[in-house]
Amino acid sequence: MDLSAINPILLVAALMSAATPILLAATGELVVERAGVLNLGVEGMMIIGAICGFAIAVETNSPVFGFLAAAAGGALLSLLFAFLTQITLANQVASGLALTLFGLGLSALLGQSYVGIKPPRMGDINFGPLADIPVVGPILFSHDPVLYLGIALVALVWGILKFSRIGLVLRAVGENHDAAHALGYKVVRIRTMAIMFGGALAGLGGAYISLIRVPQWTEGMTAGVGWIALALVVFASWKPWRVLLGAYLFGGITQLQLNLQGAGVAIPVEYLAMSPYVITIIVLVILSADKSAAPGSLGRTFHASH
Amino acid sequence: MIRLEKRPQPSRAFSYATPLLAVLATFFFGGLLFAALGKDPIASILTIFWEPLFGEFSFFYRPQLLIKGAPLVLIAIGLSLGFKAGIWNIGAEGQYIMGALFGAGVGLAFYPTESMFIFPAMVLAGAFGGWIWAMIPAVLKVKFGTNEILVSLMLVYVAEQFLASMSLGLLKNPEGFGFPGSRNLQQYPSAHNAELITGSGMHWGVVMALIAVIFAYVLFERHRLGFAIRVTGEAPRAAKFSGVNPSRLVLFCLGTSGMLAGLAGLFEAAGPAGQITIDFNVGYGFTAIIVAFLGRLHPVGIVLAGLLMALTYIGGDIAQSQLGLPAAAIQVFQGMLLFFLLAFDLFTNYRLRFGRTETA
Repeated sequence: MDLSAINPILLVAALMSAATPILLAATGELVVERAGVLNLGVEGMMIIGAICGFAIAVETNSPVFGFLAAAAGGALLSLLFAFLTQITLANQVASGLALTLFGLGLSALLGQSYVGIKPPRMGDINFGPLADIPVVGPILFSHDPVLYLGIALVALVWGILKFSRIGLVLRAVGENHDAAHALGYKVVRIRTMAIMFGGALAGLGGAYISLIRVPQWTEGMTAGVGWIALALVVFASWKPWRVLLGAYLFGGITQLQLNLQGAGVAIPVEYLAMSPYVITIIVLVILSADKSAAPGSLGRTFHASH
Repeated sequence: MIRLEKRPQPSRAFSYATPLLAVLATFFFGGLLFAALGKDPIASILTIFWEPLFGEFSFFYRPQLLIKGAPLVLIAIGLSLGFKAGIWNIGAEGQYIMGALFGAGVGLAFYPTESMFIFPAMVLAGAFGGWIWAMIPAVLKVKFGTNEILVSLMLVYVAEQFLASMSLGLLKNPEGFGFPGSRNLQQYPSAHNAELITGSGMHWGVVMALIAVIFAYVLFERHRLGFAIRVTGEAPRAAKFSGVNPSRLVLFCLGTSGMLAGLAGLFEAAGPAGQITIDFNVGYGFTAIIVAFLGRLHPVGIVLAGLLMALTYIGGDIAQSQLGLPAAAIQVFQGMLLFFLLAFDLFTNYRLRFGRTETA
C-alpha cells in the first residue's frame, strides 16, 4: 500500500473530470424537475448519449460531432418520455423506468460493432502559460472543453431560472401547473422543452463517459451514474450551484476510491467500488428530512380538463 | 379538432384490451426493428413466439417456460403489491442477488453433510436475504422519508459488488481450480432444488410462484390489507382517514416484495443456475417490472405476462442461435412492450372526442 502515490493536485483535477458526467446529467434533470416533471429515465438517456456520441465520433473522426450527436440522441429519446407523460398522460415513474430499460437495450444493440474500438481523442484546451502555474494550473487550466461547458451550463441554468422571464414561467409551471395554465402558459409545451433539454444534457454526460473518461464502449457502461444524478438533484434541493458542489463531492469519492484501488489499499476492490452508491444513500438519508424545496407539481400529471 | 376527455369511470374493456394492443403493436414495431437489422421479420417473430411452444424441439423448450417464468412471476407479484400503493421497489434485482447469496451460503456452509433440513433452511435464508435488503429502503423511507426508488436502486449496485466479492472470495469453490464461482449445488443433493417431475421444468420455485399468486389474489379480493393497498394508491388522503397506517404499509409492501425476490434468487441459484457466479443475475428483477405492469398489477395478469416474457427470453435465445438476432434486440423488444402499454393505457382513463370544443 502506498498512499503517497496519490497526488492531491492531480486528484482534484481528476475529480473535476469524474464529476462532469454527473454534473451534466443532474443539471439537465434539475431543469426538468423545476418544470414539475420527474424523469427517471436519466440512466437510459445517458447510455444512449454514450453510444450515439461514441458511434458518431468514430465515424466522423470528430469528438465534437460525437458530442452533438449525443445531445441529439438523448433529446430524441427523451421525446419518447415527453410523449408518454405529456400526451398520453402516463405515470411518470413507470415511463421513466421504461425509458431506462429501453435505452439500455437499444444502446447495447447500437453498440455491437463498436466494442473494442478507440474513439478519437478530444484534446485539452491550451491555456498557454496559465497551465504552468503551480497547483492552480493543473486544477483549473488543464481540461477538455466539455468540462468547462458543464460548469458554464450550471451558471447559465442558474441565471435563466433566477433572472429571466423564461425561468420564471418554467418555475411557475413546476410549482403549480393549474395556476400556470390559467394564466395562459402552455404547460405541455414548456414541459416538453424542459424534458428535451434534460435529455440533451444527459446525452452529453453519457458521451463524456464513453469519449473522455473511459474512453471506449462497453454495454451498460454508465453503471448507475444516471441514478446518482437523480439523487444529486434531491441532494441539491433543486438549486444549480449545489448541484455543482454535489457533483464534485461524488466525483471526489469516485476518484478517491479509484486511486485507493490503484494504490493497493487493504480494502477489497469490490467494497471500494460500492462506496459511491453507499454514500449516495447516506447523503439521501441526511438530506431527505427537508422536502420543502421540491417543486409543488413534481411528478403530477397535468391535463387541462381538471 | 381532437380532444381528450376524462372518463367518469375507467373503462373496463380498455383495461383488458390495453395489454393485447400493446403486444400487437410490439409485434409490428418489433418486426420493423428486426427487418432493420436485416432479418426476416415474420420468421423472427415466429421463431421467438411459435418455435418454443409448437416447434420441432418444443419438448425441450416448454419446460424452460416454467424455469424462466417462475422467477419473473414471483418477483412481479411482490412488486405489484407496492406499485398498487404507489410504493416503488425497483431494486428487486439486488434483493434477488442477496436472496441467492444468503440461501446458497447456508447450503454451502453445511457441505458435505446430507440432511433433509438443509434445503428448507436455505429457503428461509433466501427469503430473509431478500427481505433484509428490501427493509433498508423501507426503514429509511419510514424513518427519514428517503426516496425508496433511489435507495432500492443504489442497493442493486451494492449487491452486484457484494456478489462479485463473494463469488471470488468466501463462497468460491475450494476445489474449483481457481475459477471464480461457488460449488455446484446441483451436485449436492441436500441443497439441490431439483425438478419435481422430471422433464417438466417444475421445481420448488414454480410451486412458490403459484402460492404467491394465490396469496396475492386472496389479499386483494378478500383481505382488508389488500383494500388498504388499493386505497392508498388511488387516494392517499382518503386512506389515512380510513385508518391506514402508511408506514406499516411501506414496511409490508417492500418487505414482502424483497422476500419474494430473495426466494426467486435462491431457487435459481440452487436449481437451474446451480452455482453463484459473478454474472449470476440476468436482469429478472428489472424485467419483472415490465411483467408487473403488463399484467395490470393483477395476479392472474402477472402469470400470463410472466409466461409471455419468459417466452421472449427462450425464443430470443433460439433466434440468436438460428437467425443471428442479437440478444440486445430482445431487450429492446421488451422495453418497447412497456412503452406501448403505458401509451395505450391513456384510453382506459380518457376517451377521444372529435369535433369542436364546447365551452361551458
